[in-house]
Amino acid sequence: MHSDPEAVKKSIRSYGIVGGLLLLFTAITVAANQVHLAVPVAITVALIIAATKGSMVAAIFMHLNHEQKWIYGALLLTVLFFVVLLFLPLATVSDTIGTPTHAAATAAEH
Amino acid sequence: MEIPYTVEPRPDTGLANGKLGIWLFLASEVMLFGALFSTYILLRVGAVEWPHGELSVKLGAINTVILICSSVTMVVAWAKLKLNDFAKGRLYVLITVVLAAVFLVNKYFEYAEHLSKGEGPWHSTFFAIYFTLTGLHGLHIVGGIVVMLYLAGPGAGLWKRSPEQYANRVEYTGLYWHFVDLVWIFLFPVLYLL
Repeated sequence: MHSDPEAVKKSIRSYGIVGGLLLLFTAITVAANQVHLAVPVAITVALIIAATKGSMVAAIFMHLNHEQKWIYGALLLTVLFFVVLLFLPLATVSDTIGTPTHAAATAAEH
Repeated sequence: MEIPYTVEPRPDTGLANGKLGIWLFLASEVMLFGALFSTYILLRVGAVEWPHGELSVKLGAINTVILICSSVTMVVAWAKLKLNDFAKGRLYVLITVVLAAVFLVNKYFEYAEHLSKGEGPWHSTFFAIYFTLTGLHGLHIVGGIVVMLYLAGPGAGLWKRSPEQYANRVEYTGLYWHFVDLVWIFLFPVLYLL
């Protein structure tokens, strides 16, 4: 975290620039939506722009570009648990408990 | 009794306690919104068809601009306090509150329009997940407004006693506020555009 007044003054300028870039990316997202791209392409473009904007907010506004290792550690654990959470519903699809064994075998053959 | 490590960093973590605390809270928030995003993906992938163009892109985009601007004003508020400019620091906190209130007013009009057409959470899976996600996000906005009003009002007295601690409180509130902005940055394309 900056304590030097000159560094803080410089960072105010960078906050303005990042804010402007975020607004520009928002305009690009809306414009891309008007083009009527194919659904998979539209999803990819929108999520790439959103991830870029999110990274800028986290790195510059939340100062994650220069933080202590304890914060990075906590965030790494969060990401790991988030990925597990994201894929947890798949367990309900692959669950065969309660399915008769002959039905499961037939399904496996097909 | 004085609470330790509100300003000076702890020797073991290198952080003031409040900083680590707010990040752990934000980690739990990631899991909360993550569960709902996961639910959205599951519902959408499993749906035979998914509605498109039900929401006003114009209102959603305006709210995105408002939240981005409020993130800038919040981080500038902290920077002004670091430069010992309390008046401007408080002013920027208050501007953030105004922007947050405008966001909620926009949301009110959006909700009112859908509800008047009978498009409540009971209408379809899409509107159920839309109201759940944006409603929870809206509650976070309300929470942010309450904390910022406290910091600019009765909580501002701390500046005279301990300016560093006050600046830290504004910084932690800012971290929460940027997270709320971050969630909206993903909600906007997912709900309004795709």
